[in-house]
Amino acid sequence: MNIDIEDLAKEFGPERALHPVSLSIPSGALIALLGPSGSGKTTLLRILAGLEFPTSGCVRFDGADATGLSIQARRAGFVFQNYALFRHMTVFENVAYGLRAKPRRERPTRAEIDRRVTRLLEMIQLPEIGSRYPNQLSGGQRQRVALARALAIEPRMLLLDEPFGALDARVRKDLRQSLRDIHDRTGLTTVFVTHDQEEAMELADLVVIMSMGRIEQIGKPADIRARPVSDFVRAFTAA
Amino acid sequence: MSDFTPAQTGRATAEPRPVRYLLIGGTTVFVALFLFAPLLTVFTEALADGWRSALAALSLPDARAAARMTLSIAAIAVPLNAIFGLAAAWAIAKFDFSGKAFLITLIDLPFSVSPVVAGLMLVLLFGANSSLGVWLMANDMRVVFAFPGILLATLFVTFPFVARELIPVMIEQGRTEEEAALTLGASGWRTFLTVTLPNIRWALLYGVLLCNARAMGEFGAVAIVSGKIRGKTATMPTMVEMFYNEYLSVAAFSLAAVLAMLALLTLLLKTLLEWRHADLLAATRLH
Ligand SMILES: Nc1ncnc2c1ncn2[C@@H]1O[C@H](COP(=O)(O)OP(=O)(O)OP(=O)(O)O)[C@@H](O)[C@H]1O
Ligand SMILES: [Mg+2]
Repeated sequence: MNIDIEDLAKEFGPERALHPVSLSIPSGALIALLGPSGSGKTTLLRILAGLEFPTSGCVRFDGADATGLSIQARRAGFVFQNYALFRHMTVFENVAYGLRAKPRRERPTRAEIDRRVTRLLEMIQLPEIGSRYPNQLSGGQRQRVALARALAIEPRMLLLDEPFGALDARVRKDLRQSLRDIHDRTGLTTVFVTHDQEEAMELADLVVIMSMGRIEQIGKPADIRARPVSDFVRAFTAA
Repeated sequence: MSDFTPAQTGRATAEPRPVRYLLIGGTTVFVALFLFAPLLTVFTEALADGWRSALAALSLPDARAAARMTLSIAAIAVPLNAIFGLAAAWAIAKFDFSGKAFLITLIDLPFSVSPVVAGLMLVLLFGANSSLGVWLMANDMRVVFAFPGILLATLFVTFPFVARELIPVMIEQGRTEEEAALTLGASGWRTFLTVTLPNIRWALLYGVLLCNARAMGEFGAVAIVSGKIRGKTATMPTMVEMFYNEYLSVAAFSLAAVLAMLALLTLLLKTLLEWRHADLLAATRLH
């Protein structure tokens, strides 16, 4: 699914989180939103998911206006910064949640849900942890479970807010690779937020550099390195 | 000289031994003196003439009518305030709006207003001296000195309990789990039932238990709006007072003992639930 963002702006009271920004995300791309703290990355991602409404501008999915679409109807697989796993549910129940929440006529049978959750847990290489609770998992494991939960609903796009933020360097490297693998296998249009330029440059097809609610530059990692459009981009990507 | 005296192998936060003993001893003496001794007195006074006369006192028509009144009031007031409290806590914890701080203060109002004042307020508002009261009387509706008045007084006094328990818990938990449920396709109602409610169930239960204890035990506000009409509007606490003033000490203390037992039962229930679900309780505490 390709996503078009046209003149999207967001204000929180007097605070301008996003100046009008425009961005076109081709279907199946892996995009990084890169920028310092407070630059509006999370705000943009949340607007895509329907968790926040823009003050003005619009969002199109495959050309159709999606600005007023409900959160549920957008079917965005969202991975939250702190994972937001349901703490009173086991890992299995967490991953099954989206399948069980489907309206009755679309809901898979119990056996089918079992099968799909098991397959997802195998995909994230944690087949044994279905009966554990989130607080019995390491940070990296929580992150994988959150990813599996988001994928369970067969989303139309994958949105990740600093997916590797709180993890140590080695785990980050591993998870980066698995995100790349999952993206390549599913072909989902994927947007992830990061403030780590190395991560963005290594992982993404296209990097969007943001600063103070504006998009500074959009480009392939190599192009941005070779031809930064401003001092800000040069300084930020050199760091 | 060894560095490993027993006191030093303990936790770093442990106080020196004398301080600890003083604190533990002090607390024990306080609890014994101010909580346990009065409770014991209630039961010994109730049983002063033996089981039979205590039971006989409880089966007096006035005592039974009072018990019925108290139970009916609690049966209505507690669920209503559980719902109001939940709604208020939800609004405060999950939405941003102006005047929020004021609303929180307002919720606490019943705690800072004396119950007697609350009772008087209701009498002034609905009594024969107000135009609303006159209108109600003309339409044959009684509020003051009747069931609706007692219910209103109890609702007022017990309103903060559930909300107060829920607000900090709901604020602490934030909205991300609910947001996650929504992105996974769950409706708002399903999110509430499967994510919000399970996360707050302990606080909700505790709030409901406290609310119930107060609903059954409320005296001041109810004494004023009810007019304490024996067999009609007297509740258990007001009946205890009336028996006591009439020197019917066995009847007064028997009824008081029943009230005390209701309170103890509430505590027991809470402890039991916490103990039975201890592992789940620990598992649901993230971080
Ligand atoms: N709910 C809100 N209410 C008010 N202001 C907000 C809200 N959410 C975000 N903002 C403001 O909008 C701006 C952009 O915030 P945003 O969370 O999108 O930044 P970010 O790029 O994700 O930063 P970080 O890297 O720290 O997560 C900030 O100045 C922030 O203070
Ligand atoms: Mg952010």
